[in-house]
Amino acid sequence: MFETLDPVVLARAQFAFTVSFHIIFPAFSIGLASYLAVLEALWLWTGREVFINLFNYWLKIFAIAFGMGVVSGIVMSYQFGTNWAVFSDKTGPVLGPLMAYEVLTAFFLEAGFLGVMLFGLKRVGPKLHFVATLMVAIGTLFSAFWILSANSWMQTPAGYAINAEGQFIAADWFELIFNPSFPYRLVHMVLAAYLTTSLVVGAVGAFHLLRNPRQPGARMMFSMAMWMLTIVAPIQIFAGDAHGLNTLEHQPAKVMAMEGHYQSHPNGAPFILFGLPDQDAAVVRYAIEIPKLSSLILKHSLDAPLAGLDTVPRENWPPVPITFWSFRIMVGLGVLMAALGLFGLAMRWRRQLYDSRPLHLFALAMGPAGFVAVLAGWVTTETGRQPFTVFGLLRTTESVSPLAAPAVASSLIAFVVVYFAVFIAGVVYILRLMAHPPHHGEEGPAGDTPARAAGITPAPAIATRRFS
Amino acid sequence: MAYDLATIWAFIIAFAVFVYVVMDGFDLGLGILFPLFPEKRDRDVIMNSVAPVWDGNETWLVLGGGGLFAAFPLAYAVLMPALYTPIIAMLLGLVFRGVAFEFRWRTLRERNRWDVAFFLGSLIATLAQGVALGALLQGVHVEGRAYAGGWWDWLTPFSVLTGLALVTGYALLGATWLVMKTSGELREAAYRLSRWLLLAMLIAIVAVSAATPFLSYDYSQRWFAWPNVLATAQVPLAVAIVTALLLRALAQKRDYQPFLLTLCLFALSYAGLGISIWPYAVPRSITIWQAAAPENSQLFMLVGVSVLVPIILAYTAWAYWVFRGKVDPESGYH
Ligand code: HDD
Ligand code: HEM
Ligand code: HEM
Repeated sequence: MFETLDPVVLARAQFAFTVSFHIIFPAFSIGLASYLAVLEALWLWTGREVFINLFNYWLKIFAIAFGMGVVSGIVMSYQFGTNWAVFSDKTGPVLGPLMAYEVLTAFFLEAGFLGVMLFGLKRVGPKLHFVATLMVAIGTLFSAFWILSANSWMQTPAGYAINAEGQFIAADWFELIFNPSFPYRLVHMVLAAYLTTSLVVGAVGAFHLLRNPRQPGARMMFSMAMWMLTIVAPIQIFAGDAHGLNTLEHQPAKVMAMEGHYQSHPNGAPFILFGLPDQDAAVVRYAIEIPKLSSLILKHSLDAPLAGLDTVPRENWPPVPITFWSFRIMVGLGVLMAALGLFGLAMRWRRQLYDSRPLHLFALAMGPAGFVAVLAGWVTTETGRQPFTVFGLLRTTESVSPLAAPAVASSLIAFVVVYFAVFIAGVVYILRLMAHPPHHGEEGPAGDTPARAAGITPAPAIATRRFS
Repeated sequence: MAYDLATIWAFIIAFAVFVYVVMDGFDLGLGILFPLFPEKRDRDVIMNSVAPVWDGNETWLVLGGGGLFAAFPLAYAVLMPALYTPIIAMLLGLVFRGVAFEFRWRTLRERNRWDVAFFLGSLIATLAQGVALGALLQGVHVEGRAYAGGWWDWLTPFSVLTGLALVTGYALLGATWLVMKTSGELREAAYRLSRWLLLAMLIAIVAVSAATPFLSYDYSQRWFAWPNVLATAQVPLAVAIVTALLLRALAQKRDYQPFLLTLCLFALSYAGLGISIWPYAVPRSITIWQAAAPENSQLFMLVGVSVLVPIILAYTAWAYWVFRGKVDPESGYH
């Protein structure tokens, strides 16, 4: 029954679905791992109970999110071969080593210390435990480093040659790894993960403050999240702007699609706030425009000429409507995040941080905004790269595996069913944990699960007590 | 030079896959044995004996797959579509069992559901791995640089046999792991199970070994031609010796020996596989030299591997050390 479907479209749908599901979890666990390291450091430093309570509270949530990140990530490392066999054959010599380094430097580090981080506090003592937490946090950042380097190389390939078999091979590893868009993408994504986490932490804090503004754990996490947001959201806007300018240099067609510029504008291009791009007719319908603003943003001059997609061969056009809209969703949410940060700052100034209902409601509503912005950002980046997998060099239609449509269709359905079943359950469990405020004597994941391996070292248990 | 690098990489990947089989083998095996231990208390102990380490165990699978992608991209590009269905089944199985570790503690009402997920996920992942192995051994249809077979080619009586063989093998690893990590009733049950599973695994080894030479003339050449047979005959001999030792260890109720000896059985079977497959990356179509990535890619990674793998092994060993000893069912009940 699936024979009539196009396997390329199915393979793309499957890849997009699985990777989009995956990124939701790293976006949260990268930020949360760092937050946990900060909480534990503060606890070790000050000895205040509120920090260890918060640490254990978020550690349980981290365990679930991390587990889902791992299993969805393992799927990704095989999706390249199952769905993009030709792509794998051609790019394996350059992308493979980057991912191998990711496994060696990041995944093993995370996985190796995760067990101790989750269950080992009483066994190894606070100091060594803090080292484990730190290793997990560093591991998530290393992971972002390598995978974003790989992705950036696909966007802005550099440092490569092509051999007789038509494979990409490395000419210069340094240039290849630090390809032109990589620094921007790394900064932008890590900030995105931090923002996502602080929005979630802030929303949970706000939720409990709405019920009880005196709750000490909720106050502390809300205040920390608001500081983070106030500082990081504006930085992200700058980073995003710089990222866009870099993209304009290396992937102009992508920026044309994000801006909705089908036509060139020789004397100053307008910024299209909203509109409905029509790919076939190559116009943006019902456009609401601000004259010359686009030239100002992208060229820093009101009258600078700006080329449009009419300068690009039609077979190289990315799908404008998706790119255009996902970009607006991301930027719109980024502006709202900055607004929330400023609002929080103002309330802090007026000493109403813990009592302002409007602030708490706003923070609560923004809880999921980070995830949406991250997904929208990736959709912009990836669809804007189309119709290529390796920009300008390898077409998506030439990357696909020799697969039968029924095979891809059935596995796609299986992925959709399994992911929704499993991940909805996970999200429900996370929300349940979040519904309770952190309390006095909060236990980590080991605490409310019976029978971890028997404790042999009594000393750390005493140490824990001393610190709490 | 290129010759040596490809060989080194073949061994590195074989090593990663073996470490994976050893480490994830026992925790998948525990999942397979789960229905035999209906008591909640036993299940908690079983889960806890691997909860701190399962993620690390599975990372070796990522290294095996990622290493293949990096060092032998052509083999990866041919094998993944050829083994499409078993691979996807394995991944979905791993999803279920991976999340079960965390989820079952977060719910009382649905705990049973996650226990079933843990069992089925482990079983499916193991079957799929065994089937993939069989499909690999029987060879895949390649034209040019691509897989050219159908999407059901992997399914044959032989691949089903290897699938079942792996299930018994992992179950034995799981049972002997329990012998090592638990005490009391649970441990007694594990001893009894180990004996039955050892029998099953031996049958499986014999069946697979007997069937392999019939897959192709080349395999029988390798195993039975003079003078190769002098070397290859040592493998069955060693299997017999290890089996005898294992039976004795079980009879004497040893703690660690059964698990370690089972690992020896796995190592021997693995060596046997190596004899059959070498030097192909895709049996009988693509050799490791044809599939090898260019020298500078393999060299670049070799630097990382030689520095990082020892470090990884060290901190992994440390993590196991932290959680050493028997899992105590009494401690931690609230
Ligand atoms: C910016 C960050 C980022 C991005 C873009 C990706 N990942 Fe990821 N990935 C992580 C950040 C991350 C992480 C933070 O390191 C995770 C999340 C949770 C976790 O356990 O580690 C992870 C887990 C994870 C794992 C499991 C690791 C383990 O066994 O512990 C694998 C195999 C992958 N990922 C593979 C991929 C592939 C093939 C991707 C590209 C399509 C990808 N990830 C995108
Ligand atoms: C984790 C965050 C990511 C998300 C959310 C994401 C999202 C997407 C989406 C939505 C597509 C489909 C685009 C389309 O078909 O129009 C896509 C395609 C693709 N992406 Fe990404 N991506 C991510 C990271 C990566 C990384 C890190 C890599 C490689 C290192 C990568 C490699 C690819 C490839 C090979 C395609 C295939 C081309 C296609 O499907 O059309 N992606 N991605
Ligand atoms: C408000 C100002 C922002 C601007 C101007 C901006 C700009 C951009 C641009 C131009 C890209 C595409 C780059 C390319 O493909 O070459 C991008 C991608 C992305 N954005 Fe943003 N962004 C902003 C806010 C945000 C926020 C708030 C988040 C998440 C919390 C976010 C997450 C992402 C992600 C995950 C990607 C894909 C990965 C990457 O290419 O870096 N962005 N952004």
